[in-house]
Amino acid sequence: MKSIKELLKEPELFSSGHRACAGCGEVLAVRQVLLASQKPVACAMPTGCLEIVSTIFPHTAWQVPMFHSAFENAAATISGMEAAYRVLRRKGKIDKKIYFIAFGGDGGTYDIGFQALSGAIERRHSFLYVCTDNQAYMNTGIQRSSATPQFAHTTTSPKGEKLPGKLQPRKDIMEIVIAHEVPYAAQTTVAFFSDLVKKVEKAQSYEGPTFINILVPCPLGWGHLPSLTIEISRLAVETNFWPLYEYENGVYRLTYKPSEVKPITEWLKLQNRFAHLFEEKNKHLLEEFQKYVDEKFQKLLKKFEASGK
Amino acid sequence: MSQKGSSNCDGKGGEMILAKTGNEALAFAMKQIEPDVVAAYPITPSTEIVQIFSSYVADGLVGTEFVAVESEHSAMSACIAAAASGARAMTATSSQGLALMHEMLFIASGLRLPIVLCVVNRSLSSPLNIHCDHTDSLASRDSGWIQIFCEDAQEAYDSLICAVKIAESIFLPVMVTIDGFIISHCLQKIDVLTDEEVKSFIGEYRPNYNLLDVDNPITLGPACLPDSFFEHKRAQAEGMYQALAVIEKVFKEYEKRFARPLSIIEEYQTADAEVGILCMGSTAGTAKVAVDNLRKKGHKVGLFKLRIFRPIAVKYLQRALKNIKILGILERMEGLSAFGGPLFNEVRSVLYDEAKRPIILSYVYGLGGREITPEEIEEVFLELISLKNKRRKSIEKFRYINVR
Repeated sequence: MKSIKELLKEPELFSSGHRACAGCGEVLAVRQVLLASQKPVACAMPTGCLEIVSTIFPHTAWQVPMFHSAFENAAATISGMEAAYRVLRRKGKIDKKIYFIAFGGDGGTYDIGFQALSGAIERRHSFLYVCTDNQAYMNTGIQRSSATPQFAHTTTSPKGEKLPGKLQPRKDIMEIVIAHEVPYAAQTTVAFFSDLVKKVEKAQSYEGPTFINILVPCPLGWGHLPSLTIEISRLAVETNFWPLYEYENGVYRLTYKPSEVKPITEWLKLQNRFAHLFEEKNKHLLEEFQKYVDEKFQKLLKKFEASGK
Repeated sequence: MSQKGSSNCDGKGGEMILAKTGNEALAFAMKQIEPDVVAAYPITPSTEIVQIFSSYVADGLVGTEFVAVESEHSAMSACIAAAASGARAMTATSSQGLALMHEMLFIASGLRLPIVLCVVNRSLSSPLNIHCDHTDSLASRDSGWIQIFCEDAQEAYDSLICAVKIAESIFLPVMVTIDGFIISHCLQKIDVLTDEEVKSFIGEYRPNYNLLDVDNPITLGPACLPDSFFEHKRAQAEGMYQALAVIEKVFKEYEKRFARPLSIIEEYQTADAEVGILCMGSTAGTAKVAVDNLRKKGHKVGLFKLRIFRPIAVKYLQRALKNIKILGILERMEGLSAFGGPLFNEVRSVLYDEAKRPIILSYVYGLGGREITPEEIEEVFLELISLKNKRRKSIEKFRYINVR
């Protein structure tokens, strides 16, 4: 694995000057993935924040081929690119190995793009799918997605007199992807650069579809200070809300063990989307949240133990 | 019927008259075109095209990368991505499949990608129905695709080969349509070219740009704000303004090389006709019988078969219809506009500036596969004859054939 020092000497493939918000976790993730990626690489993305902040004509932040066509089809798009690559390589029209990465937000991955993702994985196209998961539809103004945590306030799961924000827990996209029997799937976040780099390298060492889910804080959508992006990313891991782990050829492995597991309130209290949980009447919801995190982690722990990791 | 088509042609010359259904003819043309990528999803009545083509792949008869996607939306998405990556891409669909592709049709044309699509025309739900009408492709009329309607399997075979060359000459996507079941599943004698003839006619795909040119990376599909969006659409429109000349050139070249004429409007017995019918697709064959029967009885009737629905063949229509007194437009779609379907409205609009223009009536027919007979078309002709001297405004325009 390349060290961070070495990586920082590599050319930036996602250039500065894009239009992302201050503190945007998504563009951090993209920059880190591209630094870590094998080269040459060709990419695709769905409609969303990333496309809007990085491409407005005639400008682009992408120093690698990047294709955006619609919202629900990043995986189908990367399928078509990879199919073209395979046949053109066979015909001698392309003379080098090209790696493929699709970047999708949680909307384009968990929800509207879910069918295309499942199809592309099942067909065993060779690509890395990176989900930059900021847990809501941020581009259209912070609407709930199936990645939004329970009790989070969004503009379509607002906290109100009667309802405490989103009623349902988030979809476990990792387990769904793993059920497709991919060779490699992993979960990470932007505060853990080395962990992320290692996971990209591992994913790209496999032929076939691989998946990395990256938690990316969104200051606007989560209601936190832009300066706290990395802190909040780290706390998500240290509270066990977002354990860093990987699934490789049937083996689950925890890739980072916090020295001390912090209560979930440490993560929640920095984000406005959860502010209502700290009202006296909602005390039981905080307890429920903690219970959910603990139970979810226990389930995962059993998988690590079963794998002997 | 064999899944691999009824062909015994080895592509090396020799016997070149084959018995093929419309679907088999299109699949066979696809085999000879041998696109780099075919991404497709089955739907009645176009399924066979995909099945037959996948058997060509399984038998190693083509070097195509076949992507059996999980929906038509993904089929067109993958074709778009493949075409943008320097590959010649084709697919086939019908009805709900074309409707599901709808969003992507605009993206294919907006990116100026010369994708070729076989459409086997079928009605759109609801109610569900698997049989022919033209609602699916006519509902895609504003998506920036060239649309070529075919009367039979021979015309479909020839048109599909030309479509590749048309698409790649003007960088616009092309759909070639046949009538579901009536043509798609009907066995017909067709005259085919050799593989070499097809390949030399269409040549190599030379893309405008290539996503997989990794040494010269491009960003494709950026957001365009009000300061640039309009210019992109205007440039795209220019392609459509110029497309008819390209279609004509390719058809003429095809005719010159292979002695098979392809027209933009085929006219049948129109030289002295003052009463005409205009239609698209397989109904033209039925209408020719009706024309013959009425001609025997001394009626000066003629048929106009419109082959190119997009772009609108303005000059061709104006020229062809200039001596017609009354025209019945047989429309295989209910436009639900309370003012007729697109074929009626567009042909009528094309003639608006003409000093002499016919009375034009809309005859909706054949929805959901309802059969149309020569006798019914004869009745339409006779009705038109009886109305030809009436006052234009006094005539009820919107008529239906054989509906209870």
